[in-house]
Parts: sequence; C-alpha cells; structure tokens
Amino acid sequence: MNTVAETEPASSSPARATLQANVVAALSAVLPRGAVLFRHEETAPFECDALTAYRTSPMVVVLPDSEAQVATVLRTCHNMGVPVVARGAGTGLSGGATPHHAGVLLSLAKFNGLRIDPASCTAVAQCGVRNLAISEAAAPYGLYYAPDPSSQIACTIGGNVAENSGGVHCLKYGLTLHNVLRVRGFMADGEPVEFGSQALDAPGLDLLSIIIGSEGMLAVITEVTVKLIPKPQLARCIMASFSDIESAGAAVASVIANGIIPAGLEMMDKAMTAAVDAFVHADYDLDAAAILLCESDGTPEEVEEEIARMEAVLKAAGASRIEVSRDEAQRLKFWSGRKNAFPASGGISPDYMCMDSTIPRKRLAEMLRAIQQMEAKYRLRCVNVFHAGDGNLHPLILFDAEDAAEMRRCEQFGADILETSVRLGGTVTGEHGVGVEKLNSMCVQFSPGERAQFLGVKSAFDPLQLLNPGKVIPTLQRCAEYGKMHVHRGMLRFPELPRF
Amino acid sequence: MLARDAALSRLIDQVDSARARQCTLEICGGGTKRFYGEAPAGVPLDVTELSGISSYEPTELVVTARAGTRLEDLEELLQEHGQCLPFEPPRFATGGTVGGMVAAGLSGPARASVGSVRDHVLGITLLNGRCDLLSFGGQVSKNVAGYDVSRLLVGSLGILGIICDVSMKVLPVSVAKTTLSFDWDEQHALEQLARWAAQPWPINATAWHAGRLHVRLAGARAAVAAACERLGGERMDISAADAWWLALRDQSAQFFSLDAAYPAHGESLWRLSVPATAAPLALGGQQFIEWGGAQRWWRTTAPPSQVRETAARAGGHATLIRGADRRCVFAPLNGALMRVHKGLKKAFDPEGIFNPGRLYSGL
Repeated sequence: MNTVAETEPASSSPARATLQANVVAALSAVLPRGAVLFRHEETAPFECDALTAYRTSPMVVVLPDSEAQVATVLRTCHNMGVPVVARGAGTGLSGGATPHHAGVLLSLAKFNGLRIDPASCTAVAQCGVRNLAISEAAAPYGLYYAPDPSSQIACTIGGNVAENSGGVHCLKYGLTLHNVLRVRGFMADGEPVEFGSQALDAPGLDLLSIIIGSEGMLAVITEVTVKLIPKPQLARCIMASFSDIESAGAAVASVIANGIIPAGLEMMDKAMTAAVDAFVHADYDLDAAAILLCESDGTPEEVEEEIARMEAVLKAAGASRIEVSRDEAQRLKFWSGRKNAFPASGGISPDYMCMDSTIPRKRLAEMLRAIQQMEAKYRLRCVNVFHAGDGNLHPLILFDAEDAAEMRRCEQFGADILETSVRLGGTVTGEHGVGVEKLNSMCVQFSPGERAQFLGVKSAFDPLQLLNPGKVIPTLQRCAEYGKMHVHRGMLRFPELPRF
Repeated sequence: MLARDAALSRLIDQVDSARARQCTLEICGGGTKRFYGEAPAGVPLDVTELSGISSYEPTELVVTARAGTRLEDLEELLQEHGQCLPFEPPRFATGGTVGGMVAAGLSGPARASVGSVRDHVLGITLLNGRCDLLSFGGQVSKNVAGYDVSRLLVGSLGILGIICDVSMKVLPVSVAKTTLSFDWDEQHALEQLARWAAQPWPINATAWHAGRLHVRLAGARAAVAAACERLGGERMDISAADAWWLALRDQSAQFFSLDAAYPAHGESLWRLSVPATAAPLALGGQQFIEWGGAQRWWRTTAPPSQVRETAARAGGHATLIRGADRRCVFAPLNGALMRVHKGLKKAFDPEGIFNPGRLYSGL
C-alpha cells in the first residue's frame, strides 16, 4: 500500500527533546557506538512498516546485536518508563511495528544466527532470520519450515511469531503456532524467559500460545525453535474455472466435505485474474468468473490418488475447465499469478488497500456478492484473492490516495468488509494482525468485557504497559468514540447479535 | 455465540452466589480426570447440564459443543460424518466431557503427527471470575484478532474460569490405516523413529513397550501401502490393532492400570515429556514410549526429585500422573513464568474462586 496519510507528525516539543537526550545518554552508555540512532535522517527509515499510511518518527532507534544488549535496553527503558517497540524486517501489513513517538524502536535485524538440527528435525533461529532462509538452510537435509507467508523472502521468524503468520499452505500444515516449539526472549523489565520447550509441551499454562500472535506486546522474542518437516517428494496443482462465483464457493466447500485437505486451495475472481495475467502471464482462464488453485503434495502415490479425487469433486461441482500441472514449471506458473496478486494490483491502480478477514468457507459466495454491492455503494473497484480453503479473504480495494474523498470512501469500504465478516461469523483479521490498522474493528468484534480481559492479559505480562503500547487492544474510550461515529453515519452495529 | 438459556443462567447464578459467599468452587464435568493435577478443592459445581452440540457443519470441519457434552456423544456424531478428533483425547472412563478434555489438555497416541488438543481449539466461551461471559477465537482457523485466549485455556485445569462452549477443528477419518510391529530394543527403536521422522512416511502414531514397537500408518491408500512395503515389520490384524491403540489412548492398558497396588509398591506413574531424540532415560521400573520418543511414561519407585532431574537433563519436564503422594504434580516454574501465572490468575479470577491450587499451589 502506498502512502496515504501522515498520522503522527514528528513531535519536537521541548519535553520530548529532554526525554530524548536522557534516553540517548542512558542507552549510549550501555550499547556499542553506532547502535543508538536519534537524528531524524537516521531514524526516518524506521518511521513505518509495510502499512505505510501510518508513520511516526521514533524518538530513538537501537540496533543491539546480542541478547545481553537487548536485556540492557529493556532494563534501561523499564527503569525510565520509556515504551519499547520491537521490529523485525518491517514487512507487517497492520502497523504492528509503527514506532512510538516517545519510545525506543528496538530493531532486531542483527539477530540472524541459525542452526539446523536435522537429527531432531528442528531449527533454532534468532528472531531476525528470514522465514525463507530457514527452509533454504534445511533443504540439504530434505526438510523445510512449513508456514510460508507471501512475504517469506523478507519477513523474519520473530515477526512471524508476533503475528502468528500463515501462508498458502497452512490449511494442511498449520500456522506459526502449530510449527513453533519454543521461544526465548525477555520480559519488559529485561528478565530472560522461555515459553514452550524442546519437548512437545511445557508445564503450567500454555503461555507459548498466547505469546504467538501477541504482536510484540507481551515479551520481546530473540530466538525461536521451529519444527522442520520432510519436504514432499512431489506437488501438483489443479487450476479449475467456474462460470459463476457461487459454484466456485460451493466447490471449495465440496472439496473439504469430501475429506480432502489440499496443500493449498486458493480462489481469484475475474478482475484479479485479468490483473495478474497481464502482470505475469500465468495462463489463467480469463473468461472464468472465478478460478480455484487446488494443490496436492506428498509421495507420488499419494498425489496421484488425491489429484484424481480432487478432479472428480471439482468436476461434480461444475468446473467449466480443469487443468492439472504437467510438471514443476507449470505448477510454479500457476502459483506465480497468485503470488503476484498484490504487485499486480499496484499495476492497475495508483493505490490499493489490502483487507484480511476470515469467514466460514460456506459464506464465500455471499461475501463476494456483498463486496460487489459495496463496489457500487462506495464507487470503488475491488479485486479479490482468497485463501479459500481457510475462508481467509484478501480483497484489494483500488483507490487513489491523492483524492481525499476517495481515500475516505476506501476506508469506509474496508470497515464495511470487516464488519460484514464479523456478521457472517468470522473475524476482522486472519493473518495480518490488528496492529494500529484494525483497532476500530476490534470494537466491533469484541465486547467491553472481552477487551477488558485482553487488557488484563497484557498487564499480567507487562504491568507498566511499556511493550508496543497502543496496539491490538483498543481502549474503552476509543470504542465509545467509534460507536458514536457509526451512529452519526446512521449505520447500526448488528443489533441482532447477542452481546453479553 | 452461546445462547443464554436456563442452564447457563443457573450456572451464572451459582457462580455469583459463590462469589458473594466467598466460597471456592471445584468445576466438575464427568469426573473422569479428578485424579489429574493437584488435589481438587472447593465446593463441587456440576457443569454437565450445559451440554449439547451448538453447531456442526462437516463441510467447515468445525464443531461447536457446550462444555458438558459427553465426549462419547461428540465422537459418535463425528464418526457418522466420517470425521474425528484426530488428537485422540484420552477418556480414562465413560462420561468425560468436552470441557474436561479442553481443561485437562491431554492428547492421545496421534499427537506427534496431527497436533494436540490445543492445536485444534478455535474458540472458547468462558465464564470468568467476574461472572463475565466472554468469547475468544471463533469458528474459523485463521484468526489473529486479539490475544489467543482460547488456546491459553487448554490445559488450564479450570483455574481461569468455567469453559462454557468450545469450537474445534475436526478432520476426516483417514482413508487407510495399518499397524506394523517390530521386535526392537529401546535404543534401536528410538534411533529408527528419529530416522523415520525426517522422511515423508504416513506415520500417525508410534508406541514402544517391553521390546516391541508399534507403528500406525494412516493416510491415502497408496501411501499406506507403499510405507508397509518399505518399512517392513509384522502387520497386525485390524481389529486387534484398533483395540490395542484404544487401550493405549484411554490408558486402560495394564501398564497404566489404576491398580490399588501402586501405593503399596511405592510405585508412581510419571509422564516425561522430552525431546523425541532424547537418549534412553535411566529410571528404574517399566517404561512406555509414545509420540516418536517425545512422551515417555514411567512406572517407577524413583523419588520425585530424581524423576524431575532426569526429565530436565533430557531437555523436558515430568508430571506425576498417579502416585501415593499427590503433591507438586507439575514441574515447578521459574520466577518470571510464575509471576505471569499469578498475573493471569488475578486477571481472570481475581477472587480466586475457581479450582484453587489444582495447577499449582497458590494459583
């Protein structure tokens, strides 16, 4: 997404200048030269993550290269009551790594140590190791790390833990949560801590579960132990065309209903296939209202058996055309379009806003119809790419950020998609996280009691509220204001939903 | 969203009145796992009235059941639709409930290959110690809105509140299944299991005891057939194999028996959770190894300190399952982790009403 707004002007108040000088002095005393940045030209690259619409100038940026230094930074900031925002590669799409204007941005980019242990099928990666680097290092042993978010060439394993990242293969192989055994790091006060273990479980409450996906708000993670699994010997992909979106949606449900768990099951609508085909020439069926990509992997025997079952189910579900990848080159070609959906959208519109909600699979067609109506209502185009097997949607709303009115309509369009997802029994974020982007939508999905409980969880880990403050869980005031705004617009928030 | 019917209203009233009287509660389902964890305390609160399947759509691979639903009933329903709880929760006896399964967080033989109870929980509605009815997670498998509280509740032994209903991911029953057995000693079995783990075999469960390794294969017909051919071993009769795995799952096998002789012999049953590749553990007694080496059950007279040290040296931890002295059941937590536990208990159950001391003393 391109820049659309400057939400937080770089503050230059005298109070901040004094605090900055004190924090720089304290951190410079304990970190090596060059590891503390505070001049505007040095800190500018850290103003935002991949949600570039939200920018804040960090007060101080630190670049530690050892766990001892991380502990020292945290201890120092804790003593001074200064917020800390941890950052990996900055590829997050919801602003989880947006800096705090009176805080320290803790860049963990230098933590790139990686050890593969083929005997136990595990890898121990420092948090700054790129997702794909793990699979590349494991490849000589016939192993790989399964979660594959589309940003995997750049995103880090620490960021994946913070967001509980998925990817196109998580229908069969699970999310980050299902593939991480242990994380090591530090509490807000700098005390070292480990969640999970080298075994399959750990004593006490399952704190690993709550750390994964906590968006850097509960602890700072410096090392991650992940499971590696044997690389499938073979993968083949079916491209199936459908002449209407209802039958494509029904086909997705039908594949699952027939007891098949594909390695990947993706859907693109006609507008999306046209955009990506122009971008990468993936040989998609441009006449179809929607296409499905349905992948099988495993041993050659398994794949042969499963592809035959998938073909039969897709045919019965009314596919107008079915093509099975002949070889690896063609399979990768099928996927090239899907993987380039975002950049291709950038090619047909000055700006786009990527949504990320999840709905029950059976509501896919209904959701697509609703989005079509919203296109008319907000007078903006939307192209759709779905992790259909998981019901995880990535509608891309096309707009021009130079046009303030269009920008506003785009935001309303996005909020409408998220609220419709909640109404259909889903959630406002499937894999990109809440960050700062979806704070308002959290008011819709959760009751005040639920939000208060989340804040209680936060306090149990971080009583002084210093780690990544202001993200993920909206305050009661914020939700109250958001609620009022909705009433002003005359949009009722699901009066039919029971609320306790 | 959980409907607030008579059963739920009654439950809320009961908790409210317990709060008013400053009375602690022992949350009771089917009572099949009362032996697990620290000794129960508090006035028993029966939650089995809160039962029934709230929704089940086979095409979504998701079922939502109220906590008091009997596990047998749920599994029978899934079976009718060719689906199952792939993590095979141990039942110990009849009458266990969905809520109990989640609160105990125990998984069965297939855990190493398919994941745990926690891995399959998608959403939970909880009644916390403030008498707030709260929903976390949902019915979809990709969901990162807010902290993953529903999974935190798995294995929480009821100390954070009453689990009222649970949404879970279910899976189709495997098309083909076969059990192979091998006469191998512990060392050889562990080495072989480690080798297989790095290869793409459809291994669904493994168990070694007294010189014999059992390997259950499950998956596509062709894949199971190919694995049978390559792995060798002796093929077990299907119904005998099913009975054997069931006895292991439910711990009705002789090895796990609730024999009154345990205390008399000074023997305890321990569960050691260690890295699968840990070398054979040296504790006197009998051993049953599952999960490719990651779960090792011991019937031993070794003192608790020795069992804990053995597990810790191997990179894992030990839990006392059955024994004469039911104290310090779970491995102790270090300072930072215990502080978080106390903070969470305070956040969910500030007055300490629910299952006091069941997980750790003081929580």
